[in-house]
Amino acid sequence: MSDQTAQNPAPAKRSLFQALELDTRLLGMIGAFVLVCIVFNVLTEGRFLTPRNIFNLTIQTVSVAIMATGMVFVIVTRHIDLSVGAILATCSAAMAMTQVHILPSTLGFDLGHWAIPWITIGVGLLIGTAIGAANGWLIGYQGIPAFIVTLGGFLIWRNVGWYQTGGQTIGPLDKTFMTFGGINGTLGVSLSWAFGMLAVAVSVFMLYRGRAAKLRHGFIVKPAWAEATMAAIISAAILGFVWIMNSYQIPTRRLERLFEARGEVMPEGFTDAYGVPISVFLLIAIAIGMTIIARRTRFGRYIFAAGGNPDAAELSGINTRMLTVKIFALMGALCALSAVVASSRLANHSNDLGTLDELRVIAAAVIGGTALAGGVGTIYGAILGALIMQSLQSGMAMVGVDAPLQNIVVGGVLIFAVWVDIQYRKRAGVK
Amino acid sequence: MTTPLVQMKDVSIAFGGVRAVDHVSIDLYPGEVVGLLGHNGAGKSTLIKMLSGAYKMDSGEIWINGKKATINSPKDARDHNIETIYQTLALADNLDAASNLFLGRELTTPLGFVDDSQMEAETRKIMARLNPNFKKLKEPVSALSGGQRQSVAIARAVYFNAKILIMDEPTAALGVHETAMVAELIGELKKQGLGIFLISHDTREMMELCDRVSVMKNGQMIGTERVEDVTEDEILSMIILGKKTPDAQAS
Repeated sequence: MSDQTAQNPAPAKRSLFQALELDTRLLGMIGAFVLVCIVFNVLTEGRFLTPRNIFNLTIQTVSVAIMATGMVFVIVTRHIDLSVGAILATCSAAMAMTQVHILPSTLGFDLGHWAIPWITIGVGLLIGTAIGAANGWLIGYQGIPAFIVTLGGFLIWRNVGWYQTGGQTIGPLDKTFMTFGGINGTLGVSLSWAFGMLAVAVSVFMLYRGRAAKLRHGFIVKPAWAEATMAAIISAAILGFVWIMNSYQIPTRRLERLFEARGEVMPEGFTDAYGVPISVFLLIAIAIGMTIIARRTRFGRYIFAAGGNPDAAELSGINTRMLTVKIFALMGALCALSAVVASSRLANHSNDLGTLDELRVIAAAVIGGTALAGGVGTIYGAILGALIMQSLQSGMAMVGVDAPLQNIVVGGVLIFAVWVDIQYRKRAGVK
Repeated sequence: MTTPLVQMKDVSIAFGGVRAVDHVSIDLYPGEVVGLLGHNGAGKSTLIKMLSGAYKMDSGEIWINGKKATINSPKDARDHNIETIYQTLALADNLDAASNLFLGRELTTPLGFVDDSQMEAETRKIMARLNPNFKKLKEPVSALSGGQRQSVAIARAVYFNAKILIMDEPTAALGVHETAMVAELIGELKKQGLGIFLISHDTREMMELCDRVSVMKNGQMIGTERVEDVTEDEILSMIILGKKTPDAQAS
């Protein structure tokens, strides 16, 4: 292994990738994702990589991706959570009942009252967090394996959700609540650009600050041109994404109806685009928040330490039991947020919401490089994993692959991804 | 007479029906190295783990600096400036040296986030002193050699100004050169006034490093001797027979 901290490294021939210090695993995943996109784009004769399809792809990914970020922490600490889809269903059922029945009928809120969506989301978060914390307590303090607790929870919460609604589909949901669902709530063109610019500014600032901190302590930093290239790539990616979202035009008929609703007449030749969906904005915010937790907080550091060596973590004075409760509570809260996105995307709560999501979430985390042996995993990896799975699924649907074959392929890809990861680790000499 | 740094008085712990440590008393003075000897399962590590907070004793008392102390967790022990280097090293293999060194007591920025650059800088400083060849600061400790891992564990104990240091088999995984470095370090720490509990199987090494040695067998304390008062053979027979030889008692 090369010695990076030598006094005078004098890199005679450093390759481009080495200079940029990019994570090879991340590159591999991005490569796989790009490959999937290109293949489907060819197979669908260019229909896969249209703004419309990319827009749909992102909003379909959000719900699973939000939960996958929490699953990273769960799996990193050598646990598993099989109950996320069921917790999502219970939270969604409770939130649907709250906004459609309890708040308007029992507590006398007018339909469409501004407080309804926020009280509802608060209720959902409370329930999700409480269920997660209860799971964590059973696992951490009572020593029941996570597999068992959440397998039981899978049956319990799926059916608590059913029981709450009597199996009925509950709707329509609150208007504001539904803006978290995707197409019903987007930032619009100008706000999307503003958001993109802000994201670029923050990214460049973070890169600069990281470099400044290293220089302050006299560490070796990568060459300035490499830093600038990184900044350029990140900026291009962010603005490119905003551009694509802003290229998805709202259909003229829909625009006309919007104007009619306001009692106006649409000007001739008026066009508008959707822009970044609020649900995607929410996912990005969660991803940033979870990455900060993982890398910059003690909580995150302890999660990875406990995953790498539980005994060492305990001997270092870390309360690993409480840590387990916190991790599962966080997982539960994320399930509640996913429930907001998933139910509002469908505009109502249906009984089977989130069915099989536990498997998709675990698969996303694992495809994203989270090791079941514990101690290793990244938030961006899990989100990329979710995106790759969703691309495969909807790509195959577009090509016209039969439903059973779709699932067979996704299952095969999961196993293949983990095999590739194992081979990579062997080569790289990491455990 | 100076107050002892540590006094463990009549300490016992049982696991199921097994009395792992049975009414044992031991003390440690500043600037002193006390060795713990005995067969596997004699209760040495268990005794020491009650002091480091890994186990909770069933009965007995621990006094630190002449004051009664309550040690229920590793954190309590650290608050009393007790640091431990475990036989297993207790390192999180997936984290780098700095993260391990500061595990449980991370340096943070004013906003409360962990300050990795500051911790790396501090790690460089202490490593330059303990093991100048140590360069792999960015890699997970699983990629390090046995000696390098050991120096991370030692650095962790030394960095936080320990007053009482517990070393459980510190040289078991080390080569000749590194063992000599550990011996040198123990001498240096002694001069600074630390009290050190040392556990080892190597009787000869213990006779060289320690001021006093205590021998345990089957959870009981057989006896404590000043090294200059006994021969290696007498210590060995205490370990094997579980009782003081007449000669040693006479002295």
